[in-house]
Amino acid sequence: MSDDQAPVVRLEGVVKDYGEEDVVTRVLHGVDLTLDRGEFVALVGPSGSGKSTLLNILGLLDRPTRGSVRIRGNDTTALDDAALTALRGRSIGFVFQFHHLIAAFTAAENVAMPLCVDAGRARPEMIDQARAMLADIGLANRAEAHTNKLSGGQQQRVAIARALIMRPALVLADEPTGNLDTHAADDAFQLLRRYNRELQTAFLIVTHDHRLADRCDRIITLVDGRIESDTGESAGAEAHSGAGAE
Amino acid sequence: MPLEWFIALRFLRQGRMQSVLIIAGVGVGVGVLVFLSALITGLQQSLVEQTLGVQPHIVVRPEEEKARELIGPRSSGGALVAARVEKPAQRIRSIDGWQHVRHAIDSTPGVVATSPMAAGSAFAVRGNANKSVALMGVDAADYARIIDVPGHIVAGRYSLSGTETVIGSELASDLGLGVGDKLRIQTAEGQSELFTVRGIFDLGNRDVNRRWVLVSLRSAQTLLDLVGGVSNIEIKVARIFDADTISQRIATRTGLVSDSWMKTNAQLLTALRSQSSSSSMIQVFVIIAVAMGIASVLIVSVVQKSREIGILRAMGTPRARVLRVFLIQGALVGLLGSVIGAALGSGLALFFQQLAVAPDGSPLFPVALDATLLGRSALIATLTGIVAAALPARRAARLDPAVAIRYE
Repeated sequence: MSDDQAPVVRLEGVVKDYGEEDVVTRVLHGVDLTLDRGEFVALVGPSGSGKSTLLNILGLLDRPTRGSVRIRGNDTTALDDAALTALRGRSIGFVFQFHHLIAAFTAAENVAMPLCVDAGRARPEMIDQARAMLADIGLANRAEAHTNKLSGGQQQRVAIARALIMRPALVLADEPTGNLDTHAADDAFQLLRRYNRELQTAFLIVTHDHRLADRCDRIITLVDGRIESDTGESAGAEAHSGAGAE
Repeated sequence: MPLEWFIALRFLRQGRMQSVLIIAGVGVGVGVLVFLSALITGLQQSLVEQTLGVQPHIVVRPEEEKARELIGPRSSGGALVAARVEKPAQRIRSIDGWQHVRHAIDSTPGVVATSPMAAGSAFAVRGNANKSVALMGVDAADYARIIDVPGHIVAGRYSLSGTETVIGSELASDLGLGVGDKLRIQTAEGQSELFTVRGIFDLGNRDVNRRWVLVSLRSAQTLLDLVGGVSNIEIKVARIFDADTISQRIATRTGLVSDSWMKTNAQLLTALRSQSSSSSMIQVFVIIAVAMGIASVLIVSVVQKSREIGILRAMGTPRARVLRVFLIQGALVGLLGSVIGAALGSGLALFFQQLAVAPDGSPLFPVALDATLLGRSALIATLTGIVAAALPARRAARLDPAVAIRYE
């Protein structure tokens, strides 16, 4: 069912509740959202608006209470944990506020890890591919360094390379520049932009930084678990209304 | 390299100090295991060998003679008769139809050799000196299969044809005898015969070396008035700890008295058993301590690495692989520790063997170090590692990636 014409991700009527029977907290109130190939989207909203929950659901790290999540046309509702894990590994890349690199590995090993996870084994050519990718973003000489020997900006660029080595359809970035100084933040942003252009990867970037959000193609504002505004409705997917143009 | 091995090795390498300490800890535990096993097994083997070096595994002999009351307590007129029954002195008696009995014993499963013997007390006389000895008439070849006399000859050779005799080293020095010297044997039955000393043995037991006089079966039969008969049959079995069972079976089959070495050395056996069980107990507790050590280190590692585990899960690593990453770490810690432990334990055991030496410099007992013991210890340690890792591994596999990533 996977086809290139289908949106990268499509949420329909996604509701997320936390807690047991009596004390249910509804975090998401029926979110409809469509991201197409090559989109570069900012997700903004105050703390507690449900951004993280939405990100987890988009990233297949959590399941909605109601509603459906389709990744490139595949409905994920019926998938078991193992299938969800496999689909996540192949289709989605993650970039976090704190680089979240694995300290036991070198920079190249970190970047290669999604390939190794996908193949179930670590092969030298995978590390080589990671090295080439690091060289491409100006980190050739840091490939064998352990991650705690890198600067904050370098760490985040390694993390971005890791998120993209599988050529995923979608990259979810949670405050990717939140922990960086202005210069490094700009580098990281440029890198995201570059991959977006070169690989036509869709990006959803959660951020508090309005200057960063303004540099994205589309801004979705989430307030109290509802999409309050979406500048990208004209871009093909009428997310807010829930009636996407087919 | 499979992914789980790659990650497990990197994780172990990263937690260098932790890994080194826990591997050393496992090493010490396995070292104790190896040392203790080698020591106890060696000690026990040597004790059993010493005991059985001069003792047959089973001895079969006729039942003792019993006195019977000829006048029963129920006599005429209700008068009671007080009878005093004395136990008769035991004569040397022959086993009835001993060839048949021997054949029956030979066909009993577990029996590897039998040797008929005509034995009784006698005096060894040379000049004015005479010594009380145990006269043992045997077939030289048969008896050598029961007690390794040929292997303990210190002078001359092991030969018992005609009027040849082989005696112990203590007796030889007491009577000033050398190979080729003559020795007169006198029995209480009034018989006497002159023998030529053909060989002198040292079976490592002072009493045996002083008392035993081996002659041919025919000579002993004549001297002990047992013409054609034997007083007992000595038996060797394949597995020494089966002796009791086999002995009972022989007793039932032949109707004779049958005593195993286990019965005649009950105290030794009890000592060996309690030694074994205390050593097993120590080993079990060592294994438990090792397991708890490995488990606690891995639990800490899972907590420390929960974010990284979350990332790996987010990248698409299945739960089963995460589980295996930690099981492998447990197994590797166990295996590496057991290698160190095997070296440590072997070293200790060999060192101990050097310390515990007889006055002549030979080791008091050999420690029983062999590949089986080392292999078994390595296997136990590895399995312990895997079992100990099970709990932390399950914790790691169950981590919710969304939670693990968010909370540092």
